[in-house]
Amino acid sequence: MIQFFNVTKTYNGVRALLGVTLQVEKGEFVFLVGPSGAGKSTMLKMIFREEVPTKGQIYVCGRSTIRMRHHEIPFLRRQIGMVFQDFRLLQERTAYENVAFAMQVIGASPAEIKKRVPEVLEMMGLKGHAGMFPQQLSGGEQQRVAIARALVNKPTLLVADEPTGNLDRDTAWEIINCLQEINNQGTTVVIATHAREIVDTLRQRVIALEKGRLVRDEYEGAYAHAT
Amino acid sequence: MPMLPKTWLYIVQETLRSLKRNGWINFAAAGTTAVSLFILGVAILLVIDTNFIASSVESDVEIMAYLQDGVKEDAVTALRAQIKAIPQVKDVSFISKDQALTSLEQQFGQSGQLRQSLGGSNPLPDAFKVSTTDPRQVTGVANLLTRMPGVDKVRYGQGVVEKLLELTYYMRLIGLTVVVLLALCAIFLIATTIRLTMFARRREIVIMKSVGATDWYVRWPFLLEGIILGGAGAVVAIAVLFFSYSTLASKVMETLPFIPLMYDNLVLLQLFLSLLAAGVGLGIIGSLISVHRYLQA
Repeated sequence: MIQFFNVTKTYNGVRALLGVTLQVEKGEFVFLVGPSGAGKSTMLKMIFREEVPTKGQIYVCGRSTIRMRHHEIPFLRRQIGMVFQDFRLLQERTAYENVAFAMQVIGASPAEIKKRVPEVLEMMGLKGHAGMFPQQLSGGEQQRVAIARALVNKPTLLVADEPTGNLDRDTAWEIINCLQEINNQGTTVVIATHAREIVDTLRQRVIALEKGRLVRDEYEGAYAHAT
Repeated sequence: MPMLPKTWLYIVQETLRSLKRNGWINFAAAGTTAVSLFILGVAILLVIDTNFIASSVESDVEIMAYLQDGVKEDAVTALRAQIKAIPQVKDVSFISKDQALTSLEQQFGQSGQLRQSLGGSNPLPDAFKVSTTDPRQVTGVANLLTRMPGVDKVRYGQGVVEKLLELTYYMRLIGLTVVVLLALCAIFLIATTIRLTMFARRREIVIMKSVGATDWYVRWPFLLEGIILGGAGAVVAIAVLFFSYSTLASKVMETLPFIPLMYDNLVLLQLFLSLLAAGVGLGIIGSLISVHRYLQA
C-alpha cells in the first residue's frame, strides 16, 4: 500500500526526513509517533503527494508519486481519505453538505450522493446531525463528520494527522474506535499521533521518527521504547 | 478543457454563490472594468473619428496646376489626356481663366467691377484642378505635373497633407498606447478580484484538492466568475457608450454639420462586439492569472 525507499526530504537545506525506508501493507493499522518536528507531517504529506522527496522513491497504491504527472495527482488522492487535527470543515455548510461536497467534487451524480452520504453519516453515528452546522456540533462530532467526508468516496487508505489532538480523552477514544472499526472493514489506516495512552493501550504497529530518522518500527509496539 | 457534463450545475451554482457572497468586490471589479472599457471605447471612437475627419480633409486636398500664358486649345486637350493617364489621378477638371475670374468675382460679390478695374484684361492663368485617389500621392503627382510642357506653377496644400498624416499617425499611436494601458488595468483589477474570491474560498479549495478535485474543477467557477465580471463590465460600458455617442453624434450633426462624425451602425456594432469580446477576454486572462498562481502554491 505504502512503500518508502531511502526517502530524504530537505526544505531549504533543513532536513525533515533522512533515509527513511518502510512498508505498510494493505489492511494494516499503523501509529506514526515522535516529537513535534520529527518528520511525521512531512511523511504524511509525501503519502498524499503534497510533497515529493528530495531523494529516494515512494510508492502509494502501487504508483510512484515521483513519476506521477500533475494531472494524475487528484486520482491518487481519491484513493486516500485525509483527516486533520483541525477537522477542516466548511463552516457555512451542514454536516450533510460537508460530506456531500467531497462527492460533488469528484463528479458523483446527485443520485449517488443521495444514497451514499446518509450511509456514511449513519456509520459514523451522525444520523440525527445531518442538518447541523459545524458550530452546532461538539469537537468529537465535527471530527466524525470529517472522517465521514474522508470515507465517503471509499478510499483504500485513510491517513489521519493528529486526529485526536483537539479532543478530550473520552472523545479521543471514541474517534480512535471509529478508525479501528474502519480498519476492520479493510481500509488501511495510518495515524500520526501524540496520544501516548491510546498507542500504549491498542498495541498496534508503531513507527517512531526522531529528527527525521526512523528509529523504531515495532508490531504490537508502544509509544516509547519498551523498558 | 476536460469536464464532466454533470458538474456543470455545480460550477454555475458555485459561481452564483460567490458572486452573491462577494457582492461589493464583484461590483467594484465589474464597475472598474466598465470604466476601463468605456474609456477604451471612447479612445477607439476618437481614433476612428480622427481618421474619418482626417480622411475627409485629406480627400479635399487638390492640386492646382497653372498653365503658362498662351497655351493653345489643342495643347490643353493633350495635357488633359496626359494628366488623366497618370494612374494615381482620380479626377481632372479644366478651369479657364474666364471661369477663374468669374468665380473670383462671385467671391467679391460685385459683378463687373473687378473686370472694369482690371481694365478688360484678365491676369489669371488657365488651370487644371487635379485630385488623387490617395492623399499620400499628392506630392508625387504634383512633381509629375511640374515637369509637363505648358505647366507654369503647381500648387497644393503643401505641408497641410503631411501634417494631417502625421497627426493621424500620432493619434493612432497615442490611442493604441491608451488602449493597451487600460486593458492592462482591467486585467489587473479582475485578477485582484478573483484573488480576493479565491482567498475567501481558500479553505474550500484546500479541501477540494485534498479530496481529489482536478485542477479544472477548481478553476472553472473562477473562470466563469471572471467571464461574468468582464462581460458585465463590457455590457455596461457598451450601453453608456452607445447612448452618449449617439447623443453626441446627433448634437454635432445639428449644430456643427461641417464636422463629419462617423455614424455607421455596422462599425458601431463591430466596435461593441469587440468590446464585449475584450471584456470577456480580460476576465479570462485576469482569472487565469490568479488561479494559476493559486493552484501552483
